[in-house]
Amino acid sequence: MVTISPASEKTAQIRFTLNGEQTDVSFAAYKTLLEVLREDLNHTGTKHGCELGECGACAVLLGGKPVLSCLLLALECGGREVLTVEGLGSDGQLHPLQDAFADLGAAQCGYCTPAILVTAKALLDQNPHPTRDQIREALSGNLCRCTGYLQIFEAVEAAVLEIAGRNRSA
Amino acid sequence: MSQPKDFPEKKSNGNDGDLRVIGHPRRRVDARAKVTGQTRFADDIALPRMAHCKLLRSPHPHARIRSIDVSRATSHPGVYRVLTGKDLPIEYGILPVSQDEQALCLDHVRHVGDPVAAVIAREELIAFEALDLIQVDYELLTTISDPEEALATPSPRIHDYGDEGNIHKRVALEFGNVDQGFAEADEIFEDTFFYQGSTHLPIEQHASVATKDPDGKLTIWTSTQTPHYLHRALAKVLQMPPAHIRVIATPNGGGFGGKSDPFNHEIVVAKAALLLDRPVKICLTREEVFYCHRGRHPVLMNFKTGVKKDGSITAMHLQTLIDGGAYGSYGVASTFYTGALQTTTYHVPRYRFQGCRTFTNKPPCGPKRGHGTVQPRFGQEVQLDKIAEKLQIDPADLRLRIAESSNAVTANFFRLSTVNLSECIRRVVKSSGWRERFRKLPEGRGVGLACSAYLTGAGLPIYWNKMPHSGVQLKFDRGGGVTLFCGATEIGQGSDDVLASIVAEVLGLETFDIRLYTGDTDLGPVDLGSYSSRVTIMAGNAALQAAERAKSLLAEAVAERLGVPPERLRFAGKRVFDSAAPENDVTFQEAVCLAEARFGTIGTVGSYTPPKSPALYKGGGVGPSPTYSYTAAVVEAIVNPVTGWITVPKIWIAHDIGRALNPTLVRGQIEGSVYMGLGEALMEEQEFRRLPKKLSHALVHKFPSILEYKSPTSLDMPEVFTELVEEPDPQGPFGAKEVGQGPLLPIMPAVANAVYDAVGVRIDEVPITPEKIMKALAERKAGRAPRFGPSHFPHVDWPEALRVPPPWEGGDGNAINDVPRHAKPAPQPTPEKDKVLSS
Repeated sequence: MVTISPASEKTAQIRFTLNGEQTDVSFAAYKTLLEVLREDLNHTGTKHGCELGECGACAVLLGGKPVLSCLLLALECGGREVLTVEGLGSDGQLHPLQDAFADLGAAQCGYCTPAILVTAKALLDQNPHPTRDQIREALSGNLCRCTGYLQIFEAVEAAVLEIAGRNRSA
Repeated sequence: MSQPKDFPEKKSNGNDGDLRVIGHPRRRVDARAKVTGQTRFADDIALPRMAHCKLLRSPHPHARIRSIDVSRATSHPGVYRVLTGKDLPIEYGILPVSQDEQALCLDHVRHVGDPVAAVIAREELIAFEALDLIQVDYELLTTISDPEEALATPSPRIHDYGDEGNIHKRVALEFGNVDQGFAEADEIFEDTFFYQGSTHLPIEQHASVATKDPDGKLTIWTSTQTPHYLHRALAKVLQMPPAHIRVIATPNGGGFGGKSDPFNHEIVVAKAALLLDRPVKICLTREEVFYCHRGRHPVLMNFKTGVKKDGSITAMHLQTLIDGGAYGSYGVASTFYTGALQTTTYHVPRYRFQGCRTFTNKPPCGPKRGHGTVQPRFGQEVQLDKIAEKLQIDPADLRLRIAESSNAVTANFFRLSTVNLSECIRRVVKSSGWRERFRKLPEGRGVGLACSAYLTGAGLPIYWNKMPHSGVQLKFDRGGGVTLFCGATEIGQGSDDVLASIVAEVLGLETFDIRLYTGDTDLGPVDLGSYSSRVTIMAGNAALQAAERAKSLLAEAVAERLGVPPERLRFAGKRVFDSAAPENDVTFQEAVCLAEARFGTIGTVGSYTPPKSPALYKGGGVGPSPTYSYTAAVVEAIVNPVTGWITVPKIWIAHDIGRALNPTLVRGQIEGSVYMGLGEALMEEQEFRRLPKKLSHALVHKFPSILEYKSPTSLDMPEVFTELVEEPDPQGPFGAKEVGQGPLLPIMPAVANAVYDAVGVRIDEVPITPEKIMKALAERKAGRAPRFGPSHFPHVDWPEALRVPPPWEGGDGNAINDVPRHAKPAPQPTPEKDKVLSS
């Protein structure tokens, strides 16, 4: 007979918008947004590398801005809009950032990639034509141990051109 | 779709025009999964009824365990089971000569973080809470914090095996008459260098999920680079037939060598899953990843090199003192590696190597990118810079004069294949504007050059046997599908793409047409693992053989149908056609069906065994490789003479790759190596400190966190100009050589040489920090040698060297003062047999 520790009882509940979809979830109150996404909502696209806000691997967009989901209690996200890598594409198509990352070698092991993608999206939403230095600055909280970052910068720049081209033809 | 950028200079290679997949920049086969977050890493796996495991780790660096009381933890609500060392007493380790680890320490802890108990509970948090309820009574032992202390403190012993006291391994090899070589020299240089340890810091923390299958067998998903070796360790410790264990290496979220050992947490969850008959998961915290370590060994080096006035080397004597940490790990191989590759870049006619690895009470060191060869490469390349200056020869010219040549056999009997080091040097000299800049830039600005060589796969397996190092199976179905099975492990380097591209090229398909099952000991034939830059050449050649065999079956069947000789058939564009009349064709799917009708079910296999090495002496098993990659790099550094702050704005690098199978991934490996090398050059260090005496005086990590362990961010990364030198190597599939490790090696010495060019001080130590530059500048101001670095190499009682005459002195690859291997009595299979191991 196993007794559930009080700490792990799913006493908390929020309703929020996850990747454009209204979502209700019950969880143990101590859990971070990262844990609720991965463990209670099976959205494992968002990764973790430290759970201390050091590596940037858990970044998601909260109300369009990048946040470290390991430092945020899920309870703080009631009524908010959260975007993860699972919500980047639309209509069965990859987001231009995803296409560019895939084509240009910007993902090697792919572990830091989801967080870098959403962080780059936040940058482009706010600044559709960033300079190389602005891209560097925007991604400086996301550690990548594989690529040396250069192919990531190039992929973001390629996506900028692709998005601009699409907007012109739209 | 974005257009992949090509390299600035793309050289043609004869029949390139025929290649439709190989050599073209391509989206890797697993890219879509990675950019959509669908790659399933170990911690992404959750199974019904899954329990969670946490490990209780030693807070002491060195202690005896008097007793462990787990009764309170066992009765804690939600706890399923508590395991201790008694449950898993059998020792294991990656090397047969270093079976010195226990999954849970039975009576002796050797570093802070050594696991002593495991709690398996319903929730991770409950397991974590229960750790506090375990009572461990420790008897503290003297802590040994570095190799000099280890040499001076033979007791208490950290292990009851090894050469002597706390010396794990001492080796001595001598190739030719080194003293005579020094006597013939015009100048002799002697320098001491220190290379600090660093850790891999993969962003993915190690994670494992084990389960007892419905039929009672064991399956474990885990972030490992070496599923085959974990398979062996699990069979040994759990005392199960390997046939009843399935290891699935999940794609690694970065490895860099840090996931190459069988780990205690993997064995613990496997045992727990068997006992509880339910899935058990563990995911390490970042702090625990620092305790797993297996990173770069800190190495103190003494280089003595004799040269003629023209720069040619007459003799070299290298001594290395290696801080091994608390366990053997790959350490015996690492020790040999610190002396192995000095001869593979430049011609060294006479060479003596003495290496000594000690145990210390720190997390065990092991293989990190460039395994054991990185530290002496730093020393050798910085010393060459000093030699060039003294002889008044340009450092690039000096290297061009002494660079090794293709197909040479070195003094230590490593057979080289293609060697394009000189071309690499010429490329970076040209692209960086070296001639106009070296010793000509204003104070505070400088350029430095360095080179390297690296293995394309270890020539010998860890467990010596005559079986292949890699195998591939291909299955063909009537829908035209091709499925590939191979033990190779995807750690981000692109091994899946290598396999798919080779098969696709041979069969005229696209990489998307190949379905891959890799890294699974149940499904694929053995591949020894993702280490020693071996996957492209070994798994690649195995895939090539399997694909060629399938191609000839299909060709025979299609030839019969089309009424043409099979040698006239071409496979391209998912068709098989008569090259003389391309409209006379069948689809690939039809070809498979014709072959199946003709021969029965179509499946082929391929395998690869490296060529036999001429290095027959004891110790000659570490360093041989089918072929070596070569790299040259120029680093530009800006040093602020007031603050010592170093900025690296640009790096030029040329790499002898043989052939780039996918240039996009090749460039990624080079830039990633440059990045990691720059981190080691400037900031990364695995530092330890003693707690105050009034606490425990324990030796603890200074930085067991990503925040404090500094690694380069996107803001620190310089511009990198990459060039590939492509001369297809006869050993590699389509001529390919390695690229994952070699390009890291020249970066640290090139930074040191650039700092010297900028401000005139030698930093003979890695990392090169502003503080060290300031100290060296102060030395210069005080009229002393403008240098920062170690001042002495301690006394080591070296064993008598094995004397191996080099080829030009009539040597046959055996030592003359050792019993030749073939004359020995039949070997007795004992685990302690002193085999020489490679990785």
